[in-house]
Amino acid sequence: MEIALEKTNSSDIAKALVKARSAAGSPAMDMVLTLLVVTDDDNVSEALKTATTLSREHPSRVIGVILGDGRGTASLDAKVRVGESSSGESILLRISGELTRHAESVVLPLLLPDSPVVVWWPGKPPAVPSQDAIGQLARRRLTDAEATTSPIRSLNAVARAYEPGDTDLSWTRLTPWRALLAAALDQSTGTVTGGTVVAGSGNPAAALLVAWLESRLGISITTRRSDTPQIASVVLRTDEGDVLIERLDATSCHFSVPGSSPREVPLGARSLAELLAEDLRRLDADDIYQETIRHMLQETP
Amino acid sequence: MSFETNPLRDPRDRRLPRIAGPCSLIMFGVTGDLAKKKLIPAVYDLANRGLLPPGFALVGFARADFGTDSFAKLIKQAAKDGARTPWSETVWKQLAAGIRFVPGEFDDDTAWETLADTMAELDELQGTGGNHAFYLSIPPGLFPVVVSQIKKHGLAESSRGWRRVVIEKPFGHDLASAEELNRIVGDVFASESVFRIDHYLGKETVQNILAFRFANGMFEPIWNNHYVDHVQITMAEDIGIGSRAGYYDGIGAARDVIQNHLLQLMALIAMEEPVSFNASSLRLEKQKILANARPAARMDLHTAQAQYVAGWAGGEKVRGYLEEDGVPDGSRAETYAAIRVDVSTRRWAGVPFYLRTGKRLGRRVTEVAVIFKRAPHQPFSKNDIEELGQNALVMRIQPDEGVTLRFGAKVPGTTMEIRDVNMDFAYGGAFVESSPEAYERLILDVLLGDPPLFPQHEEVELAWKILDPVIQHWRKDPTIDTYASGTWGPPSADAMMARDGRTWRRP
Repeated sequence: MEIALEKTNSSDIAKALVKARSAAGSPAMDMVLTLLVVTDDDNVSEALKTATTLSREHPSRVIGVILGDGRGTASLDAKVRVGESSSGESILLRISGELTRHAESVVLPLLLPDSPVVVWWPGKPPAVPSQDAIGQLARRRLTDAEATTSPIRSLNAVARAYEPGDTDLSWTRLTPWRALLAAALDQSTGTVTGGTVVAGSGNPAAALLVAWLESRLGISITTRRSDTPQIASVVLRTDEGDVLIERLDATSCHFSVPGSSPREVPLGARSLAELLAEDLRRLDADDIYQETIRHMLQETP
Repeated sequence: MSFETNPLRDPRDRRLPRIAGPCSLIMFGVTGDLAKKKLIPAVYDLANRGLLPPGFALVGFARADFGTDSFAKLIKQAAKDGARTPWSETVWKQLAAGIRFVPGEFDDDTAWETLADTMAELDELQGTGGNHAFYLSIPPGLFPVVVSQIKKHGLAESSRGWRRVVIEKPFGHDLASAEELNRIVGDVFASESVFRIDHYLGKETVQNILAFRFANGMFEPIWNNHYVDHVQITMAEDIGIGSRAGYYDGIGAARDVIQNHLLQLMALIAMEEPVSFNASSLRLEKQKILANARPAARMDLHTAQAQYVAGWAGGEKVRGYLEEDGVPDGSRAETYAAIRVDVSTRRWAGVPFYLRTGKRLGRRVTEVAVIFKRAPHQPFSKNDIEELGQNALVMRIQPDEGVTLRFGAKVPGTTMEIRDVNMDFAYGGAFVESSPEAYERLILDVLLGDPPLFPQHEEVELAWKILDPVIQHWRKDPTIDTYASGTWGPPSADAMMARDGRTWRRP
């Protein structure tokens, strides 16, 4: 059921939510978290679709916040939806005028009681996510440097502003690479003495990968530029020979470790919903991410 | 480099999945139904999710007479039909590179020599490094010959790598045969290398139960005979025996399900808090419960068994057990079994555990219902609480895993009327690829060597000690009760509960 409200306020939205829930036949809630999606008109429908897919694994109340033009009188329109192929409920808030500077006052009364709040900026993040008015409501803040116009600058900015609870989706995108590299070192017994990462320029995930390898292995990694935008290959030099992981195509890579014959293994790209699902599985601070960005900032002042 | 010393791993890094080391899975009975429907698709799904080691090999050993090519085709078809994750030619190509087939009879020594050569070749070419898991997806009658051949050809030990063996339930058909089976397997493999798989009881389920019981503070104080009236553990199936008459007729419902699945669930519900969640502490606590559990003394009064007869189930006209293909005339195998088990511990003395299972019941469901005692005093009139039952906490295991809490609430209106209501929690659905299917986790755990939740032979034998007297009692009676297909079992099962002043829940 969908209810549209114009020139409204939070308490009317909350009433509409209860009404929609009763109408859907199931007044009980078993949602585990509130997911705030702060975005603009162009990206809102895609972002909300992703968030709703996500709520099949993490039943959640999804609140989409569109911050409109800051000039003029305060205005709040809302759309409430319960059921219809999603297991949670969603609220879309369209905020404009003076109210854009006080958006948190709209959101606060709509949060699920006593359960975690996660905020996701699918596009340009605020300068300091943890200081942002809406960011302050959340214990987990997800930014996406890759979705901005200058990813590396954006990643450095969120890294400098890091507070426990922040992570960037470039880090999440890196998990399959990190898993393969860790698996490679499970097998190889040599000490790693050096390495090379080949990636397209301006790739934030590659920057994190280099920083992660350097901070974990205590070595310095050389980087080379590739023609493709993604991470193309990683080489780790060990006493016993080279560990090589090289992307072959969109779904697989070449994998070789000293002492066994080379193999092709799957390395696919994951959808945004899968990335978010990975992030929502843990709602505490990601210490490894923190160490990695700290190292990254030391290297690139 | 081992898992612990790998500098890229860190216990705080919970994003990294554990990927098994290089190894091979050697499947016996690979052309069987279970292998085709479950095991092979699970292997493919693991590969697709990147959880199999680079260099993983799959070896099939079966009597069927075809070469590696047609074997690869069979595997491919099975993987395509059964896979949960999208089909990818690339993943298949990678998997196919490690597929081998060894044709032959189990007692044919040349075939075993071929297998030994194949394993050596894989160590060389695929880099499996001497790590091999034997998966016995074969009838228990064939275990002795296969296991002794493994021993005879020296495949169970190696100078490098590990060897593991996976066996599926049933683990014997009574205490004596379970001990015999354990003797045969234990003769060749060390007990920590033997993985007994009960595919009904996925690891996810067990962990959900553990989390529910031991991560919460509010349930522990009432989890005992002061507050719990009794516990009902149910595994019901709506299907009949299908084409499994050959297996089922000699086994029956109690040995098929109660001995392993329901008694394991009971142990998980009843056990004390383990000091840690490692394999041995968990097993220790489960064993204490199984060692102190006994069927009710009067088995004529507190057990029930029956066979389904033709009827209408879920809108379809279905055959009775005796009319199923392959069932011998006058068979008295039970397709429904219910028993009362008493656990003599301080926590559970006086709280009966009722276990029931059956084919062709009302619907497919597995659940554990903990039924609480009524409040000692009700300040309401008898009329007001006429419709109030006992509070219950239900752990739903399948099909929709979750928890239901049943309690009384006032019916809206001017009169004081109290009625039972349900509060429900469902675990998140399985939409992302990373939500594992039971078999995938089982296979991955075997390859990782992660045994905590697999029962070892002590548990298996203790469970037989509980069930054997019941089976012996049942065997005395040449006739068997019946129930119509699509119902919730025979009247004798209801009578068994009525004797204790209780009724079965309708799940």
